[in-house]
Amino acid sequence: MKRLFPIFAILTAALLSYALYAALVGAPTEQTMGEVQRIFYYHVPSAWTAFLLFAINFLASIQYLVGMNPKATRVANWIAGAIAVATVLAAYLLPLPEGVRPSAVATSGIAVVGLYFLIQRFFPEQKVDVLAVTTAEVGVVFCTIVLITGPLWARPVWGIWWTWDVRLTSTLVLWLIYVSYIMLRRFSSSSQTPVLAAALAVFGALDVPLVYFSIWIFRTQHPQPVVGGGGSIDPRMLHTLLINWLAFMCFAILVCWSRYRLEVLTRDAEETAALEAMLEPRSLP
Amino acid sequence: MNFLYAAYAVTWIIHIVYLGTLLRRYTRLRDEMKRLNKTED
Repeated sequence: MKRLFPIFAILTAALLSYALYAALVGAPTEQTMGEVQRIFYYHVPSAWTAFLLFAINFLASIQYLVGMNPKATRVANWIAGAIAVATVLAAYLLPLPEGVRPSAVATSGIAVVGLYFLIQRFFPEQKVDVLAVTTAEVGVVFCTIVLITGPLWARPVWGIWWTWDVRLTSTLVLWLIYVSYIMLRRFSSSSQTPVLAAALAVFGALDVPLVYFSIWIFRTQHPQPVVGGGGSIDPRMLHTLLINWLAFMCFAILVCWSRYRLEVLTRDAEETAALEAMLEPRSLP
Repeated sequence: MNFLYAAYAVTWIIHIVYLGTLLRRYTRLRDEMKRLNKTED
């Protein structure tokens, strides 16, 4: 795995360079907004990456909470299976908001449940908590970029930096929840911290669907989606958007990889230090 | 154009700052490990 890291890093750097070229030069200029529309190629992939990382954090937190009891794990697995079936049925039987495709909802439901079982398979016991910390921290980095690039686009297009619109406000709330999660992990030394943080993450992640679907459910100033929401986009713009998303996803995997390793090493060092402190001969009074 | 370049620059500044903090934490951890290994000897 260690040998793979530099190869993957080089490939990611090449992909990011190509994505930057495609975003600044390759993609056509949008007619009404002009050059500033190109912020979209960094803003949207960063948002998608942050949502995906928060979703992984949510699943890892559930795994951590139910993993303490084998019976709860079995029940959670059955519930996860039932959610996958219910999502597929609901996607095709229930009326969906205009522009939302049933296949997109069904695929998302199956993908999330699949991810849950993958995490269970590859991140047993304490490793799932390490994964939760990692994805929350990297997710906050991407969410910060979303919250900064959004106003930089809004100022020339809307004439204002910020508006208390549902999409923008719920994104800010999401960011605040995950910042508090990181603060909790960083400054609390209680043995119950991972449990408290996992519970906070479960509640925090409930904001992700609200952020994502807010533009379908509420009347918002935020632009309607051009991908998967019934809108149209020039194929070259779509290509640039997807290339940038792929590049940022690869970059996020690289950063998570490093952060995960750092967390594992930190915990090992803390364990060694604690063990050493216990074994140290104490002078009797 | 200024807003476009500002958005791209801010994105990479945030990523680089975060990578810098990771690197600093790695360095601190390596020093701590060295210290622990020394006390073990």
